[in-house]
Amino acid sequence: MALTGLAGRHSDAAPADVPPAIELRGISKAFGPVQANRNISIRVGKGTIHGIIGENGAGKSTLMSILYGFYRADAGEILINGRPTSIPNSQAAIRAGIGMVFQHFKLVHNFSVVENVILGAEDGALLRPSVDRARRLLAELARDYELDVDPDALIEDLSVGHQQRVEILKALYRHADILILDEPTGVLTPDEADHLFRILANLRDQGKTIILITHKLREIMEITENVSVMRRGEMVATVRTAETSPEQLAELMVGRKVLLHVPKGPASPGRTVLEIEDLRVRDDDGVERLKGISLQIRAGEILGIAGVAGNGQSELLEVLGGIARGTGSVKLNGVPLDLAGRNADGRSRRRAGIAHVPEDRQNLGLIMDFTAWENMAFGYQDDPAYQKNRWLMDNEALRKDAMGKIERFDVRPADCWLPAKSFSGGNQQKIVVAREIERNPDLLLVGQPTRGVDIGAIEFIHRRIVALRDAGKAVLLVSVELDEIMSLADRIAVMFDGRIMGERLPDQTDERELGLLMAGVEATAGKAA
Amino acid sequence: MDFATLIEILGSTVRLSTPLLLACLAGLYSEKSGVFDIGLEGKMLMAAMVSGAVAFVTGSVWLGLLAGIAGSMALAALHGLASITFRGNQLISGVAINFLAAGLTVLVAEDLFGQGGRTPPVSFGAGRFAPIILPFADQIRPVPVIGPIYADLLSGHSILVYVAFAAVPATSWLLFRTRFGLRLRGVGENPAAVDTAGISVVRLRYTAVAITGLLCGLAGAYMAIGLSAGFGRDMTAGRGYIALAALIFAKWRPWYCMWACLLFGGLEAIANRYQNIDIGAFTVPVQLTANLPYILTIIILAGFVGRAIPPRAGGEPYVKER
Repeated sequence: MALTGLAGRHSDAAPADVPPAIELRGISKAFGPVQANRNISIRVGKGTIHGIIGENGAGKSTLMSILYGFYRADAGEILINGRPTSIPNSQAAIRAGIGMVFQHFKLVHNFSVVENVILGAEDGALLRPSVDRARRLLAELARDYELDVDPDALIEDLSVGHQQRVEILKALYRHADILILDEPTGVLTPDEADHLFRILANLRDQGKTIILITHKLREIMEITENVSVMRRGEMVATVRTAETSPEQLAELMVGRKVLLHVPKGPASPGRTVLEIEDLRVRDDDGVERLKGISLQIRAGEILGIAGVAGNGQSELLEVLGGIARGTGSVKLNGVPLDLAGRNADGRSRRRAGIAHVPEDRQNLGLIMDFTAWENMAFGYQDDPAYQKNRWLMDNEALRKDAMGKIERFDVRPADCWLPAKSFSGGNQQKIVVAREIERNPDLLLVGQPTRGVDIGAIEFIHRRIVALRDAGKAVLLVSVELDEIMSLADRIAVMFDGRIMGERLPDQTDERELGLLMAGVEATAGKAA
Repeated sequence: MDFATLIEILGSTVRLSTPLLLACLAGLYSEKSGVFDIGLEGKMLMAAMVSGAVAFVTGSVWLGLLAGIAGSMALAALHGLASITFRGNQLISGVAINFLAAGLTVLVAEDLFGQGGRTPPVSFGAGRFAPIILPFADQIRPVPVIGPIYADLLSGHSILVYVAFAAVPATSWLLFRTRFGLRLRGVGENPAAVDTAGISVVRLRYTAVAITGLLCGLAGAYMAIGLSAGFGRDMTAGRGYIALAALIFAKWRPWYCMWACLLFGGLEAIANRYQNIDIGAFTVPVQLTANLPYILTIIILAGFVGRAIPPRAGGEPYVKER
């Protein structure tokens, strides 16, 4: 099917007599003392793509959960196609023609595609007729919307992009006219994301209404007709996408001016700090996850590792951080690191001058039930400065130290006695980053520094990473956010299937080229620089 | 070993496998739905006592059977309440049920009959399941090979034996060919997927646990008024745990469950038939043969049979999240 322009075709207002596909009037929802949604009203025109943006905790997900029947609103009205509709549970939402594609897919991993599609929407007590019908329908949908997936493939064998298509197919199989997608591109390669947008544009052209929840401004600009901005539980604005700009949207989201790109001078790389040769790592099942990585990072340089999650980036961080074991050679300042022996542990790495901001901060970076001051000492608890005498720790010193970090990193609330779990994602990350960066390491390993972090805190964390680089330290940055890599890294290495597919300089490449590398497509020899 | 002995051991294997198989399938339903159940033992024991008591008092096997099922299902409901509704720890709930059943059965039996925690013996036609002789068994028996297999191996078991083995294809069909089976398997792997599809996770899991109760009831009743002639203290002797081991061995697949239970039943049959096994050079003592099923259980549970992947959501109460 020929592609029409992704955005804009339906930007003209619908005729006055067509009621909006969804209208919310004065929706409010509180969880205890927290007002997650406050008097929210929104109209989503039929056959449009409507974006909803906002920081984490702005109430986007709560609002959509109300629409999908997970929560009941304390007050307010939902109108579907102009009719007041009560949505007490998911079943009612499905009946009202609403389909939801969650950020974390709700698929049964060892079921086939067709089994997942019919689950809960079977035609009768026996499976065979439903399976046959679903198979026919899937073929039709594949043809109409570029939604092709092998109906007999098991979910666990599919790529994330295909799994997402299954979620969309599930909704369409249930006759959804309104499709809600929650952060749909977080796990996709740029190519997969483009494909998704083509699918969404097709669906819109067929008259479906789509709500796209995201924090990525670029996507909003690219595909939506209208966009609503949420901040702290309130709907602060709904604007025509064509009449706004990313800067304006960011400001609306955060409530103040934000720099979308960190100001950063050119790098002045010095001596080689980290030298990796033929590094290999096997996982617990004996599967090789790193298949011979060779890399160098120099002082005063940020090396960004791009790639779709699960292509060995985690293992690279883990083996360098002393959490996983591997083979090959890794030298820090010319001294070989122990990769599989007695000193292959986090403590030895820290002593050697490697600090690590792990990808999974809630499991590896913090102990969620422990206080901020305890968390700010982890990994460095045997520092002599923290000891009162041979046997006792100096908790006073720890707390004083923590309060200093809290102040310098603007952690809020500035209370070192709170457990880590009561901080927001951004502030949790600041606790980890403060702990690691303030040790002034020779090499900083950072995994997904801004995953689940608010746009304001992103700016802060990025500045700190750049400042460390400018102080002449080496930084290894792993992120699945290509934007982040592009704006932060001085050099980009792309990983695919446990290998480095290639290295690029950020100002001599673009998302398309990186996207191809991320998908494992070898670069063509004669590419234009 | 002559052919007649072999048939005799195999027939015994079938009978001894039956309670294991029923309990194993019982565990299959519960665990496929994501509710771990180590309380199979307790439920069997309860069913055995209740069916033994009621069958003796009324003289009816069917009333005994129904009462046994009711006793087992009551404990299943308790497990469901603790682990589904109140989202408690499923292992602890299961252990508690085992302890409860171990104590309660003896207490009640002693209080009712005063025979040291036993129920009085029942006999065929008055509270005990009689063997079913398949048609023409006697006529076919003289035929070489086929005759004994038909007349002495396939024929002559109580109805519950046939029920147990019929439950294997029935379970397989139910799990893999029906809507209920799809949802049941789904809820054990990813309850959120089932929930967002608009199906009640709680109701599905309760249904599964109820089926578990039903099958454990059959298993227990068979122990008390089929295999034996009355309930005795701790008469299940760890069969609930062996069934669990068989379930893991079978990797949660119905047909494999049957083979695994036949293996365990076979070991038990051999131990019963031969006290000391003479293998030329030395004699295997009875203590070893009698313990073979338990030793095999340990070997299986210690993971020597390769990787068995349980249902992914097993053991975790489902809490709805955004």
